[in-house]
Amino acid sequence: MSTESTAKQLSIPGVDFHTDEPLVHGNLSFHDITELVSYHTEKKTPMGWYAAFSGASLLLLILLVMIAYLFWNGIGVWGLNNPVGWGYAIVNFVFWVGIGHAGTLISAILFLFRQKWRTAINRSAEAMTIFAVICALLFPTIHVGRVWVIFWTLPYPNQMEMWPQFKSPLIWDFFAISVYFMVSLMFWYVGLIPDLATLRDRTTRKLRQKVLGALALGWTGANRHWRNYEKAYLILAALATPLVLSVHSVVSFDFAVSIVPGWHTTIFPPYFVAGAIFSGFAMVVTLMVVARKVFGIEDIITVNHLEKMNIIILLTGSMVGFAYITEFFIAWYSGVHYEQYAFINRAFGPYAWAYWTMLSCNLLFPQFFWIKKLRRSIPFMFVIVILVNVGMWFERFVIVVISLHRDYLPSAWDYYSPTLVDILTLVGSFGLFFTMYLLFLRFLPMVAVAEVKGVLPEAHPHFYKHSGDGQEADHTVGVTPKRDA
Amino acid sequence: MLKEVASEIKATMGVYESRDDELYGMLAEFTDPGALHDAARSVREAGYRRFDTHSPFPIHGMDKAMGMGNSKVGYITLAGGLIGLALAWWLQWWTGAVDYPINISGKPFFAIEPSIPIMFELTVLFAATAAVVGMFVMNGLPRYYCPLFNSKRFMRVTDDAFFLHIAASDGRFDPEGTEKFLRELGAVAIEIIHDREDPEQTGG
Repeated sequence: MSTESTAKQLSIPGVDFHTDEPLVHGNLSFHDITELVSYHTEKKTPMGWYAAFSGASLLLLILLVMIAYLFWNGIGVWGLNNPVGWGYAIVNFVFWVGIGHAGTLISAILFLFRQKWRTAINRSAEAMTIFAVICALLFPTIHVGRVWVIFWTLPYPNQMEMWPQFKSPLIWDFFAISVYFMVSLMFWYVGLIPDLATLRDRTTRKLRQKVLGALALGWTGANRHWRNYEKAYLILAALATPLVLSVHSVVSFDFAVSIVPGWHTTIFPPYFVAGAIFSGFAMVVTLMVVARKVFGIEDIITVNHLEKMNIIILLTGSMVGFAYITEFFIAWYSGVHYEQYAFINRAFGPYAWAYWTMLSCNLLFPQFFWIKKLRRSIPFMFVIVILVNVGMWFERFVIVVISLHRDYLPSAWDYYSPTLVDILTLVGSFGLFFTMYLLFLRFLPMVAVAEVKGVLPEAHPHFYKHSGDGQEADHTVGVTPKRDA
Repeated sequence: MLKEVASEIKATMGVYESRDDELYGMLAEFTDPGALHDAARSVREAGYRRFDTHSPFPIHGMDKAMGMGNSKVGYITLAGGLIGLALAWWLQWWTGAVDYPINISGKPFFAIEPSIPIMFELTVLFAATAAVVGMFVMNGLPRYYCPLFNSKRFMRVTDDAFFLHIAASDGRFDPEGTEKFLRELGAVAIEIIHDREDPEQTGG
């Protein structure tokens, strides 16, 4: 687009264009957007969906079998040993919580910064958050050993006359993750209401009308309702923003408040948050690249959206890489031998392979995104984001396992390796995630229809009329021209 | 008296009483958000109070055109947040220092510093819940039956149609005058809404 037409766009009074690229391509009308998104929940279920769903639910079945096996036999079926009391379960937990963070970042923080491009991706990213947090909640629950008394973590008056220990970071974590889940769920559902009403009003099937009608709560799009709705949505965004930053900070307290070398460091909260956003965006790009192609919504989720996310991946990846280097510096500068050894052991010890996998996937490969051509290339970005997903899982492995396997007393050192049950539980958790994600894609609008309509230039009253400052209405202004290729 | 107050409160939620002859209101369709915005301002200036606009997305500047102030959801959220904060404070102090004091590494039974994470989390939880519940209450939702749903045309409100509805319970409402007024404002279609299942209306 030429700078001239950009300048013309910006001249619409009261309309704030934060981007010089059109948010929605292909000259879509309000009705087109409704059709484009609703169609995928209304059409006959495609065979491809059944194929993907069978794969995902097979993995889910494996997860359920592994959990049943674990409950029956106890956590001895995992590869845990005496120095390494936290293995895959905690690695997977931190990994999945981190994935969730991108959804909240997109829906809350970008909303507060008025980044209108988020409207195309926020719905599916929020769904991803909720499903990732469900996967995350699973692991601490099953790793406790006596899962049938997990409710003891709740503060409730009981016959033992005991209360949870509120000075423990583990109970902070329990609160942080549960609150994060509940607030994300409310945020997501509130955002869904107008779109559920859209689907409700389109359907003619009785059962579908009843279910969607019940979920849409009788929404009529009244301005008296939009007024409170928008306020509540803004407040939820404002609450979710510090919440999402706090969640991974609290997760990092699980480590940082202990005295294990490699864990006991003040850099953990910001470093964990940056890593969470990094891994989460990688997962969003992974899912979007596939979904936009499969569902033919390239005009709504454009390459510009993907490019913006890749820039965030580059930024947060560099922050994470910087934190890796800082950790080394601080270990040396502290003069504490245990700390120094912990870091030398990370890079050159028996788990060096894990460390260098992490470093190359997280610090090195995202640097290719400095090149515009590469960060706009869909096959290339897909490879990079997969590598980032792998790298971020290894980051948690490095932090949890390498720090634990050699601490103060060499006589207590040991090597940790996972069992088949560990590995299949991790694989199965992807089954849980993708089963829920596929159900979401099938039954709910994957793009926030009302919000996308709201960012079209045609949604603004000034688009149509004499604006009061001497400018006549110009219907060609702001209409997004079709881009060539 | 009490009934009138209740009626006023319900009107702020967009819930209006129908008249004895089951007349609920008049629904006018406009072509676009700009026309709807101007119509709402004119309706307000003509003295109507019990009216509302319906659109597929929130329209910028509509609150001002309809003469409505700031939403009260913020105050409810603040109250919820303060309750959450107080509850978390009390819970950690009472359980740790009063009901079950236990010495852990010589730490104080209660101190602010280790209590901050849970105080923060419960503040956010209660504030967010208050915002959502408060929003639903002030919107009178869920409300599964609304006479507007009797209109076939109104089903497009969640797609690409823009409506202005004037309630029959408004003091200025009169079927002929209001219709004429809405036509002058540029309504492209006008429909009388009854508070009953109307085969003619639902039929098209």
